[in-house]
Amino acid sequence: MDITINMADGVPIYRQIVNQVKYLVASGLLQPDEELPPIRTLALQLKVTPNTIVKAYGELEISGVIHKRRGAGTYVSEGRQQMARRERQRIIEQRIDALLAEAHQLNFTADDILQMVRERRAAMESGTSVEPTEVRRSEWDK
Amino acid sequence: MGQIVDVNDLSRSFGPKNALDHVSFSAGDGQVFGLVGANGAGKTTLLKHLLGLLRAQSGSVRVFGRDPVRDPVGVLSRVGYLSEERDLPEWMRVDELMSYTQAFHPTWDASYARQLLETFALDPSRKVKELSKGMRAQAGLVAAVAHRPELLILDEPSSGLDAVVRRDILDAIVRTVADDGRTVIFSSHLLDEVERMSDHVTMIHNGRVTLSGPLDDVRRGYQRSRVRFVESFDHPPALEAALAMEGGGRTWNVVHSGSLEQFRHSVLALGGEVVESRDATLEEIFLARAGRNRQQVEVA
Repeated sequence: MDITINMADGVPIYRQIVNQVKYLVASGLLQPDEELPPIRTLALQLKVTPNTIVKAYGELEISGVIHKRRGAGTYVSEGRQQMARRERQRIIEQRIDALLAEAHQLNFTADDILQMVRERRAAMESGTSVEPTEVRRSEWDK
Repeated sequence: MGQIVDVNDLSRSFGPKNALDHVSFSAGDGQVFGLVGANGAGKTTLLKHLLGLLRAQSGSVRVFGRDPVRDPVGVLSRVGYLSEERDLPEWMRVDELMSYTQAFHPTWDASYARQLLETFALDPSRKVKELSKGMRAQAGLVAAVAHRPELLILDEPSSGLDAVVRRDILDAIVRTVADDGRTVIFSSHLLDEVERMSDHVTMIHNGRVTLSGPLDDVRRGYQRSRVRFVESFDHPPALEAALAMEGGGRTWNVVHSGSLEQFRHSVLALGGEVVESRDATLEEIFLARAGRNRQQVEVA
């Protein structure tokens, strides 16, 4: 399973595993009924204490992403669509948060951003899409 | 959860130096316990008490409910130990080291030992004194785990080793816990290794336990924020709940405890704002608690 642990950004390791499994499921890289690696295998792969995997799998089970089959391992659950919707929203919300923080630093209000989003979409849809930086540069040149 | 180790109010001095100062520490089964602290903080002294290599001057030490000094056989037969110096008998061959160790441990698993030696590509006919530092650590590791101990104690197991051998050591920790539900206590100065491998972490500073608990509990309540001020500071400005500050001028990185809301207020009171915040890493918490970089000022 393609999971990377980052020790620099302060996110607890079990939380990183939970987030990345959710992402793999939401993006379809993990399919319903697909088996997840056993706790020991993933602990050896990631070089983390097995109890961290137990905790991550436990949390994923509670949120309905995976389920255990008695004596037969851990599997991705059905009903991915509804979960995926929430996950997709979470991913976008993270981007929005980053965008708003950046906008604040550059002195744009949230309304400015909404306006700019509409303008960018209009530009894309009309097929006259221009690189944003070029638009700005040509305005300065006037 | 069964109790494996119980250290209660243990103190130990060497001459005028307090090596351990009223230390209490306990470890249950199926968990990994990371011990962190600067060199000379008292980690090795604590571990030696668990092995009965040192007698408690005051306080008590129990391993499997027994006193390791009074009942060394009852304790040591169930313990695996890799010392920091990896002081193995130099004159023995690797296979002699194995049968020598086996003699002390009725639970010795010869096929497991053989399998590990093969994995590490250790030649059984080599003499211990001819082994490289990494191979020595691997041989010591096999001797420490092949009897499938109920308690595995590793003192600075990664010290001075390359990435390959460090990986072997971490794998041994994972297997001990995952396969047998056993207990591991290891000390390390590599904080990200401790953060990866530990369920519980104990920080020792000058012979005292300064922080101890489940890793998630220890980490909760510490954050690292980037702060920007309107005016420039030559020295770290006084901020409530700040444990360590790095930076200079208008921008400072702060490790702090307590609520983020409260911290924002104290930054605001000095005419600054919190630009970003995240949970602090174990290393940042450790350095902040050790008070190492509180005074450290770098001009940006």
